[in-house]
Amino acid sequence: MSDATAPAQVTPRANPIKTLFIRVGVLPFFLGIALVVFSFMSDKFLTGQNLMNVARQSVYLVLVSLGQMLVLVSGGFDLSVGTAIALTSVASALSMTWAAGVFDSVFLIIATGILAGGCVALIVGLINGVGVAYFEVSPFIMTLGVSSVGAGLALFMTGGIPISGLPFAFGDTFGFGKWFGVPVPVFIAVICIVVMWLMMSRTTLGTRIYAVGGNIKAAHLSAIDTKKTLVLAYVLCSLIAALTGVLLTARVESGEANLGGTMALESIAACVIAGVSLRGGIGRVQNVVLGAFFIVMVQNGMNIARVSSYMQMVLLGSLLILAVIFDQMRYRMIMRGA
Amino acid sequence: MTLPLLTTHNLTKTYPGVRALDGVDFDLMAGEVHVLFGENGAGKSTLISMLAGANTPSEGKIYLDHHEVVFDSVARAKAHGVYTVFQEFSLIPTLTVAENMFLGQEPRMGILVDHAEMRRRAQEIFDELGFPISPTARVSTLSRAQQQMLEISKAFHGDLKVLILDEPTASLTEREVDHLFHFIERQKAKGVGIIYISHRMQEFKRIADRITVLRDGAKIGTVEMAGTDEAALVEMMTGRQIADIYPTIATTPGDVVLEVTELATPGVAPSSLSLRRGEVLGVAGLVGCGKSRFFRAMMGLGPRRSGTVHLNGHDITRLPTREIIRAGLYYLSPDRKHEGLDLAKTSDENLALNVVTSGAPVKRGWIDWRRVRDTVAGIATRVELPEDYRARRVSQLSGGNQQKVLFGKAFGQEADVYIFDEPTVGVDMGTRAALYLKIKALAEAGKAVVVISSDLPEAINLSHRILVFANGQVSAELPRTEASEDTVLKYFFTESEPVQ
Repeated sequence: MSDATAPAQVTPRANPIKTLFIRVGVLPFFLGIALVVFSFMSDKFLTGQNLMNVARQSVYLVLVSLGQMLVLVSGGFDLSVGTAIALTSVASALSMTWAAGVFDSVFLIIATGILAGGCVALIVGLINGVGVAYFEVSPFIMTLGVSSVGAGLALFMTGGIPISGLPFAFGDTFGFGKWFGVPVPVFIAVICIVVMWLMMSRTTLGTRIYAVGGNIKAAHLSAIDTKKTLVLAYVLCSLIAALTGVLLTARVESGEANLGGTMALESIAACVIAGVSLRGGIGRVQNVVLGAFFIVMVQNGMNIARVSSYMQMVLLGSLLILAVIFDQMRYRMIMRGA
Repeated sequence: MTLPLLTTHNLTKTYPGVRALDGVDFDLMAGEVHVLFGENGAGKSTLISMLAGANTPSEGKIYLDHHEVVFDSVARAKAHGVYTVFQEFSLIPTLTVAENMFLGQEPRMGILVDHAEMRRRAQEIFDELGFPISPTARVSTLSRAQQQMLEISKAFHGDLKVLILDEPTASLTEREVDHLFHFIERQKAKGVGIIYISHRMQEFKRIADRITVLRDGAKIGTVEMAGTDEAALVEMMTGRQIADIYPTIATTPGDVVLEVTELATPGVAPSSLSLRRGEVLGVAGLVGCGKSRFFRAMMGLGPRRSGTVHLNGHDITRLPTREIIRAGLYYLSPDRKHEGLDLAKTSDENLALNVVTSGAPVKRGWIDWRRVRDTVAGIATRVELPEDYRARRVSQLSGGNQQKVLFGKAFGQEADVYIFDEPTVGVDMGTRAALYLKIKALAEAGKAVVVISSDLPEAINLSHRILVFANGQVSAELPRTEASEDTVLKYFFTESEPVQ
C-alpha cells in the first residue's frame, strides 16, 4: 500500500495526544492516571517521603528492565532474568561463605562473591544468546527452558534454605550503605542508567542492537555481525540481572533461591509500558527507567491503599496485557504514518 | 453505446495531511481491459484498494451495474463479484494449494471438509487456466510465480464480474505472462471487466483497450490504447517528456577488480566472471535462472560449493557477508521490505545505519552523530530524496522513494564493486531515470557495477557487457554492441537440464 500514503498535498495536522502516544507510548497516560487515582485513595501517597521511598525500591526493577530492554530491542525477550538473579544470589552467597574460611580480608571475600555471581550470570547469558543466535531456538523457549534449569539448580544447591552468614560489611555497604549521601543501590543504578544511555545512543553496539531488532536481514546486509550482537544483548541482560542479584542479596543479607521470582514479568511489563516494541528495534533508555518506576509506584500505591498482594498480581498482569494492546495500536499508527 | 459495468464518481481518499486520491471519475466496461497507469504514489493502489473493499473512500461513490455499492470489506466486494489480486499475496504458506483456494468456503460433507472435492475443483480451475500447479502442494514450496498464479486462480469460484490485477506480471516469466494474457482474453470474451495495473508498457500494449493515467492522486485522462503511443503516455504520466531514460555511460575500463573463478552454488553450475573498474555488467535471464543466486553465493548469502572469489587480488571466498561488504563488495537486495530496510524507522535512520557500520564516523566505539547527520544529508541529496521524506518512516514512502533510500544505503558504505539486484523493481519512470544516473556516476567514478535485472531493456541499455543466465548456467556473454533484445532473448532458453 505504498501508493496510498504518498502525499498529493501535504498539510501537516497533528493531534498532540496522538503525537505523544506515538512518540513515547502509553506511559505518560498510565503515569498520570496512577498518580491521580492513588492520591485520591490515600493522602500519604503523594508525599516527598513516599516518592523517595518508591525511587529507592524501584532501583532493582529499573536495573533488570534496562537489561530486558536490550533483549527486547534486539527482537527477543528474556524470561530467565529472575533465574539469573536467584542463581547469582545463591552463587555469590555460597562463595562468600566459602571464601570467609580462606581469606581474612573482607574485601576479598566480597569480591569473590560478586565475581562468582557475575560468572554464573555470564554463563546464563551465553547459553541464552548462543541458543537464540546460533541454534535459532525461539527466545521464548530458550529463556523459558534456561529459567527452569537455573531455578532448579539454585534450589538444588541450597535445598531451598536461605544461605546466611554473609559478611556484615556486604549488607552494610551494598544493601544499606551510602556513597556521597546517596544510597549505594541508587548510586549504582544511576551509573548503569548513564552507561546504558550512552551505549544505546552513542556507540556502535547500541546502533547494532537497534538494527538487528528492526530488520535482521537488512542488518546482515549492512555488514553487521547479527549473531554476535544477539549474544551480546543476552549476556549484557544477564550481567545486569546479576548486578541486581548481588544488590538484592545484600539487602536481604542472605543467598536465596526465590529472589527475583516476578522480575521477568515485571521487567517486560515495565519495558512495554515504556514503549519498547515487542517486535524489536524500538525503545529508549529514559522511558524504560520511567516504566520501571511506574510499576513500583503502582505496587507502592496499592500497598498504601491496602490492596491485597494477590489482587496486585491480577492488576499487574492486566496492565501488561493492556500495554501490549496499546503497543499494537501504536505500531500500526507508526507504520501507517498517522 | 453500452453502459459501463463499474463507475466511480468523485472518488476521494484523504489521510491526515495527504490527499491520496482526488475526485476520480473512472469507468469500466464489461469485457474490457482497462489499464491504470501512473508513477508510484500517483494513486493507483489507493483507487483499487477502495474498489477491492480494502479501504473506504473519504468522499465519492462507486456504482456497479448502475447501483450504488458500498464495499466496506474485501468479502463484501467479492460477494458482488469484484475480485482483486493484490501485489502482496494473501496465502497461508503452511496450508496446501487447494486449502488456500477454498479458505473460508470449503466444500463440505456434513460437518467435515470434503478434501477430495476440494482438490478436484482446484484441479479443474488450474486445468482451465493452464497453470501447472498441484492442488496438494504446500504453498511454501511454490515459486513466487506459482503463488501469483494461485492468487489469480482464487478469483475463479463464484460469479466474477470485475477482476482487478495489481502488477500481476512482476514475478512471472515470459511464458507465464503469455498464459496469463491468454486467460485474460478469455475472461474478456465472457464479459468480465478487467482493471490492470502495470508499469510495463510493452506488456499491456498487447491486451489493453483503454488506459487511465493518474498523477498525484488525480486523473489526467483516459485514452484508447489504439492510436496512443508510448511517448504520449509517459508524458501524461510524468507531466514531462523523457527522451531516453537510459544514460550513456562512458567506457573507460580500468584494472580488474573482481575475479570469480568457477563459483558454484546449488542451482548454479560453476561459472566464472571478471570485472574491471569503470565497467557496468548487465546480468539478464528469466526468473529462477540462477542469476541472482550466483551473486548471492558470492556475497556469502548462499552456500558456496566450489570456486573462488578475489576482490582487488584478495581471496574473499570464505569470508562472512559482513567482511565481504567491508572488503568492498556491496549487494543491494531486490527485496526492500524483508532484506533491505527497517520499515518502522525513518529514511534518515535507515541511511545512518550504513554510515555508522562503515566505521567512518566512529572513534574508539563512540559515534560522532554530527558527522553521521552530515553524511546522511549528503546521501539524501545525492539520491534526490525529497527533504520532507527524510524524517518520515520508510513504511509511509512510495516504492520509488523506498528504493532511493535503499540506494542511499549503498552510498553509506564505500565499496569498489556494487551489485544491484533488480534495482528498479516497482519503481516509476522518473525515479528509474534518477537511479540510472547514480549508476552512471558510480561507474564513471571508477567503480565496477553489476546490474542484475529481469527487465531486459534495463539490463542491456545500462551496461557495457551482458551476461545471460539460463537454467543455472551462463549461456552467453556479449559486448553491448552485439546485444540487441532479440539476440539476448535467444540465450534465455537452453535445451540443457536445469542445474540442481
